[in-house]
Amino acid sequence: MHILLVGNPNVGKSALFSRLTGTHIITSNYPGTTVGFTKGDLQLGQEQAEVIDVPGSYTLEPSSKAEEVAVEMLKEGDVVVNVVDATNLERNLNLTLQLLERRTPIIVALNLWDDTRHRGISIDVAKLEELLGVPVVPTAGITGQGINELVRRLPEAKVPKNARTYSSSDERWLKVGEIVSQVQSLSHRHHTWYERLEDASSHPVGGVVIALLVLFATFWFVRFLGEGIINYVAQPLFEWLWTPLLMKLSLALGGGGFLHNVLIGQLVGGGIDYSQSFGLLSTGLYIPLAAVLPYIIAFYLVLGILEDVGYLPRLAVLMDTIMHRLGLHGYAIIPTILGFGCNVPGIMATRILESRKQRFIAATLISIGVPCAALQAMIIGVVGEQGVGYVAMVYGSLFISWVIIGLILNRSIKGFNPELLVEIPPYRLPPWRVIGEKLWLRVSGFVKEALPIILGTVLVVNILYTLGVFHAIADIAAPVVTGLWGLPKETVAALVVGFLRKDAAMGMLASLALPAKQLVISSTVLAMFFPCVATFVILARELGVRDLFKAIGVMLVAVLIMGSLQNLIL
Amino acid sequence: MTMYQNERLTLADMRTGQTGTVVEILGGHGLIRRLDALGIRPGKKVTKVSSVLFHGPVTVRANSTQVAVGFGMAKKIIVELDKYLPRAS
Repeated sequence: MHILLVGNPNVGKSALFSRLTGTHIITSNYPGTTVGFTKGDLQLGQEQAEVIDVPGSYTLEPSSKAEEVAVEMLKEGDVVVNVVDATNLERNLNLTLQLLERRTPIIVALNLWDDTRHRGISIDVAKLEELLGVPVVPTAGITGQGINELVRRLPEAKVPKNARTYSSSDERWLKVGEIVSQVQSLSHRHHTWYERLEDASSHPVGGVVIALLVLFATFWFVRFLGEGIINYVAQPLFEWLWTPLLMKLSLALGGGGFLHNVLIGQLVGGGIDYSQSFGLLSTGLYIPLAAVLPYIIAFYLVLGILEDVGYLPRLAVLMDTIMHRLGLHGYAIIPTILGFGCNVPGIMATRILESRKQRFIAATLISIGVPCAALQAMIIGVVGEQGVGYVAMVYGSLFISWVIIGLILNRSIKGFNPELLVEIPPYRLPPWRVIGEKLWLRVSGFVKEALPIILGTVLVVNILYTLGVFHAIADIAAPVVTGLWGLPKETVAALVVGFLRKDAAMGMLASLALPAKQLVISSTVLAMFFPCVATFVILARELGVRDLFKAIGVMLVAVLIMGSLQNLIL
Repeated sequence: MTMYQNERLTLADMRTGQTGTVVEILGGHGLIRRLDALGIRPGKKVTKVSSVLFHGPVTVRANSTQVAVGFGMAKKIIVELDKYLPRAS
């Protein structure tokens, strides 16, 4: 049996899904968190049912790719759990009536039930059930309230006896109004403090001030926490616990030879230098666990809070005018911000944009101008040693490329750029448990996916070095790398490795001990150049092969120009 | 004689804090449909919550939700203000 969770965007479908199936997935407080679909299992008595979390949709007439996915999936559902935002009954019931017209058995989950009281909303559930002709269960996905009841009554899901088809949208709204007036009563209440904050953050001037504060606080906190974990946890652990073990192993392996080189790498001054040795067990473990992981934790903690509080859509509104110049609209800021964590979910999230042109521009800009958290951690670590100014040069160059490429693509690509039209969710104070679960999901995802690839990359690099392959490639690429960018031939190997993992590639650059200028150029080129293999695959899937080649063309031209300019100017 | 008529203007021209009723949407089918899905349709009461400088989006409250509408769209949404304004005939 297939059970579909269907509802408007941002009504808590994903939280409910996690509760029903025990499968944890990312939830946030903005419309469009779920753009693909997630499946999970639910034991229903003797039967094993498959629960599918469908992307949110306001209507069954789709206007974005995420909504298309939703409508497409409806066809294969046996039972629909219509998740309704109890604090916004009118608009949500419009979709409910559309769903009822389709004659699939339905049960309604009246979600966010815990929010109704402080909003002064009371709903007569029994009456609503009677009017709709299907079971209605109040739920709260975040706390788990009502979930057992929902599962218990799942078999009661049905096609209502009074099912009918509406000839027009107006007629349907009329019916919605009729239902709402019979089941819902509102009482006066005072403004809460975060409603005042809502007003402040959408004020024309106050909003900009708050946005700048948020941005500054984010950078400061991520750096503070990331560096703190590195200095006080990760590095001491490696030095006190891991180094002695590796030294014993090094001794046992005779201090040299092929196996020693692969596992431990080169000894520097008779000891292990985690940024230079480049063995599987030394640098291969140090990069993901000690250099990158702390920043991943810090970044996703802040991102999770911003997402769940509901700030991002407000930022989208503020950025709208600027983003229009780049052929996008304000909501494209959300995929972009996700891209700063990892380009893969960032590019996936471009599905919330309406037109093909927007999706192409947004995805291309992310893959060129938005460095992922792993790469950023390494840039801050490696380039930062030369001075904060150099880090700023890398970020500045990326930002300038992002803007200029956007301006050019906006003019040169056919297609239209629809205007922003988006629901602004209320601010919510997310429970720490929810923030923690999401952080755990993302961090463990990083460890599971990135760690093997980084180790594999280090292994491949060692083998290719031994075979002398890099020398051959370096000779071919020399005219560009040395001639245009002014970089030594050795950097070619790192740039090639960037295709596998950019953080590992940055680790190779670190081991070259380049002067500051060359470090800035090579980091910028590495960030803009060919996306890592994971991003490459997702670009191909989201854009199609033709547009993928277009994006890569843009990328190559941009990186050639930017690297050369840096070489001339710096 | 003084006639009292409700002032009509676009959502873009409304001032922050003003409330009115949507009377017409001067757009194609696609725009009407997208706005309709978000609960903005003729007959609906809306309150302008905020606007952004340099012709940025207009945020309105309709029912209990806030919706941000691009400036160009906001210019196509005609609203009749709640307040009665005296007008010379």
